[in-house]
Amino acid sequence: MTPGNALRRHAIAKAFHFLCATVTWAGVALLGVLLFHVSYSGFMWLDGQFLSSFPSRFPEKAGLNSALWGTLWLITLTVAFSVPIGVAAAIYLEEYGGKGKLSRLIEVNIANLAGVPSIVYGILGLVVFVRFFGFGRSVLAGSLTMSLLILPVIIIASRESVRAVPGSIRQAAFALGATRWQVVRSHVLPSALPGILTGVILAMSRAIGETAPLIMIGALTYIAFVPNGPMDAFTALPIQIFNWASRPQQEFHQLAAAGIIVLLAVLLLMNAVAVFIRYRTEEGNK
Amino acid sequence: MEYTPNADQEISENEQPILQLEDVTIRYGDVPAVQNVSLAIARQQITSIIGPSGCGKSTLLRALNRMNDFIPEANITGRILYMGAELYSEETDPVDVRRKIGMVFQKPNPFPKSIFSNVAWGPSINGYREGIEDRVEKSLRRAALWEEVADRLHDSASSLSGGQQQRLCIARALAMEPEVILMDEPCSALDPVSTARIEDLMFELKKRYTIVIVTHNMQQAARVSDYTAFLESGKLVEFGETDQVFTRPRHNRTEEYVTGRFG
Repeated sequence: MTPGNALRRHAIAKAFHFLCATVTWAGVALLGVLLFHVSYSGFMWLDGQFLSSFPSRFPEKAGLNSALWGTLWLITLTVAFSVPIGVAAAIYLEEYGGKGKLSRLIEVNIANLAGVPSIVYGILGLVVFVRFFGFGRSVLAGSLTMSLLILPVIIIASRESVRAVPGSIRQAAFALGATRWQVVRSHVLPSALPGILTGVILAMSRAIGETAPLIMIGALTYIAFVPNGPMDAFTALPIQIFNWASRPQQEFHQLAAAGIIVLLAVLLLMNAVAVFIRYRTEEGNK
Repeated sequence: MEYTPNADQEISENEQPILQLEDVTIRYGDVPAVQNVSLAIARQQITSIIGPSGCGKSTLLRALNRMNDFIPEANITGRILYMGAELYSEETDPVDVRRKIGMVFQKPNPFPKSIFSNVAWGPSINGYREGIEDRVEKSLRRAALWEEVADRLHDSASSLSGGQQQRLCIARALAMEPEVILMDEPCSALDPVSTARIEDLMFELKKRYTIVIVTHNMQQAARVSDYTAFLESGKLVEFGETDQVFTRPRHNRTEEYVTGRFG
């Protein structure tokens, strides 16, 4: 090995290091600029009045009370529908279902579903939930549509983390005379939970920002009340933001920025809860 | 090379074998891993299964508590009798079989939980709730681990050394109060000191349990076992008392293997 060769290899290593660092920091910087810009234009509108008022055509009276509650209702119901079904489907596919052709067909289909544009889910939700089941333009129809949208994400992430549970743990449990359900409940699920929660965080983040399917199923932009139950009409933060951003007046653009800050805050809060649960379960597994 | 079993000759007359294999063949798909094996495993004795890599000894061992059920392409013909009852009949519940016939694996595989929960889990899923502390202590004592872990039962099992983890896995199996313990190369991942401890432990356990051990290590088979089965390419070449197999083997292949000429 000549010294020249070693020098060359060091140079390549350094260049690669530099490239990776640049790409990483460019992403962070972009996000920083975006956040700064949004905060700069929206911060002054953030107050109690903004959070507690309903939409109005006067910017100083407008608020996103109904949209905030609509989003909270929507996300809570969506998680309540999609997480149990998604996790159960993942466990069935990994632990119970065979490894045959059918299983592979289902796997490919779920992966494809994750890539279907969200507006398509909106059309499906409109036909099935709003019209066929007669749920109308309600929170229920919205959250069921949203559940379909994020189910593939939850199933794929849950399957991955169920699969990552070492086989030796399963063997040890089976060798003690455990049934499959006992093995899943006591060992597979606790070990897979951190990974499953990561998937749920990603899925929730996607659901909270989705606008297209909600518009498709007819979530309204002007709602002057807070939904009291799953059958009430609703609006959501992204719809309200979109509505404000599309108005000509400068003040409404600033309101949209303030709405984005609220949306991000809700998202971060939800993720913080999930990360906390994940941290606790990881501690428990040690 | 064909070996015809003669249970009366191998095992003292008044002892009924706890496990009896009759013409057992195990295939993975079409590939036979174990062929026409017949042998009897004596109660409260240590039986070792030796043979070169890939000879089917682990497959044979795992057939004894139906752990091969988890390999979809594995199928078995012949009969295995456990205390006179057919192990592979329609009526036999594999879950029950595994409660009676415990297993210790090649690599220590404690659950990612506390030392206490590792031992307590087996009894708790089988409905033993009362006196669980006593049961855990008794099992840990029998596995010669109690002294080392008594003051840190609620620490994580992963904080133990490899040898301690393997004894924990033995304690975990003992907590089910099985009749038979299957050991699949239990010392292959351990250092000599830990290995010696486990071998001492096996002598203790023999007083209550029947042990079947698969081992790569011929010295270990000679040291610990009462009976030895030598397998080659899935066929049982020789089975008999360990002394006889190691000092006066009936078959050339056995002699060549135990003297280290191949394998």
